[in-house]
Amino acid sequence: MHRFANPARFLRLAAVIQPWTALATVLLIGAGLYLGLIASPADYQQGETVRIMYIHVPSAWLAMACYSTMAISSAVGLIWKHPLADLTARAAAPVGAAFTFVCLVTGSLWGRPMWGTWWAWDARLTSMLILLFLYLGYMALVNAFDDPNRGSKAGAVLALAGSVNLPIIKFSVDWWNTLHQPASVSKLGMPSIDPAMLVPLLLMGLGFTTYFVTVLLIRVRTEIVASKIRAIRMTQIHAAHAAPTSEPVAG
Amino acid sequence: MDILSSYFAMGGYAGYVWPAYVLAAAVIAGLLLVSLRELKARERELKILQELSPGRRGRSRDGSEAQG
Amino acid sequence: MFRLLEIIRRDLRLALRQGSDSVMVVTFFVLTVVLFPFGIGPEANILERTSAGVLWVTALLASMLSLDRLFQADYEDGSLELLALTPTALELMVLGKVTAHWLTTGLPLMVAAPVLAVLLHMNADGFVTLLLTMLLGTPTLSLIGAMGAALVLGARRGGVLLSLLVLPLYVPVLIFGVGAIDAAVQGLPSQSHLLILGGQLLAALALTPWAAAAALRQALE
Repeated sequence: MHRFANPARFLRLAAVIQPWTALATVLLIGAGLYLGLIASPADYQQGETVRIMYIHVPSAWLAMACYSTMAISSAVGLIWKHPLADLTARAAAPVGAAFTFVCLVTGSLWGRPMWGTWWAWDARLTSMLILLFLYLGYMALVNAFDDPNRGSKAGAVLALAGSVNLPIIKFSVDWWNTLHQPASVSKLGMPSIDPAMLVPLLLMGLGFTTYFVTVLLIRVRTEIVASKIRAIRMTQIHAAHAAPTSEPVAG
Repeated sequence: MDILSSYFAMGGYAGYVWPAYVLAAAVIAGLLLVSLRELKARERELKILQELSPGRRGRSRDGSEAQG
Repeated sequence: MFRLLEIIRRDLRLALRQGSDSVMVVTFFVLTVVLFPFGIGPEANILERTSAGVLWVTALLASMLSLDRLFQADYEDGSLELLALTPTALELMVLGKVTAHWLTTGLPLMVAAPVLAVLLHMNADGFVTLLLTMLLGTPTLSLIGAMGAALVLGARRGGVLLSLLVLPLYVPVLIFGVGAIDAAVQGLPSQSHLLILGGQLLAALALTPWAAAAALRQALE
């Protein structure tokens, strides 16, 4: 693990991996879109609106996966002080917030024709909305300090505190049987969804995941460059302060 | 053409399905573009700073002291 | 244990010397609740239907108001650093401060709540449950709020940021607090809601002092 603590090594590794994840993203999402939009059937009950599922469900998965990444990186940063862990957490947050937003809006667009309402305060929708607020709060907190390290550490504590929300989302539809559809894919035993729909769903899920990795790598690289810039600026400031004055002391 | 337009109509749900896809595409592509642009901007800034402070270029090439 | 009581006594003395904080918090509580009949109309059955929610949301906002004085004043004049250097665990110090905060904030809110519930025409069946939910819920709010206050020490716009951070974490307390009262008013059992509120309090007691202490250590570095 600590082999990758060196940012230069990480950057070299990222440069190698990134083209492949980008390619995989294009291929997986392309295949998923083709199968989802064109080569799969409409649902018996929900008609063509079921095609929204191919975006809504994978973005929900990613919204939670991004938060898990943030929480785990935060823990690693706090416990082992791994230098890249803090940067990874900061880098993951906007991606997670974006996916949560997409999930909420596509869910709303799906809910309107199916349930007759743009929004409902059931457990899963509410906890996804709370997840969005947690992301926004995290991003606000890490950027609220002049010293970015302090921001990262404060954000780490917040990310871990908010991670109690994730099990609530996952199990909310089992505990409160209200409006939102219960789990169909990750049930124990066979998923109760038609294979013709399961395949594009999984392809989109994988495609979103490789997209996440690609964007995460880009953003971590940006964080590394930003910290190098800060380091150079700090040495410039110190050099300027240490320079002796040229004025002789008045006798 | 008829097949195409009935496909786009999405069984009457076009007003829901297509905005969902367009929005998702916009957000996903937008995030990628913003992230890339920020990376390029920072890399340009770093290059300028590194050229302005000669003698640092050797030490900061492996970047390990920047993580201090 | 002794140290805990000392910390509570110190903070209580400081708070009472100031005096105005408890009064301001309760005044905010009363004023904001009074706004609702103006906003949603004085009809008794509408007010009654929303009374649990109005009381709980307002109490939540009121208890958030006094959070920034929890650590800020000590942080600014340096006494936080001194407190951190004592052999007593920082977590214990946090618990002491939170207890004092609750005694000067949550407890007065609890006392004011039944009076306001009368104003909002709350069904009589709900009063005892209202007090129980506030007894279990307001300490949890103080604990979570203390963690938030520790996190934003030294941040820009700390006051607004604190609300943004703490309100999402308050939501489970709010859900079960109002749920218990609504159940009691409808004649349904509210034990499960109260038990969950109690569970949340225990979880907050176990976890937030540690998180707040970690945040304080970062602020003092």
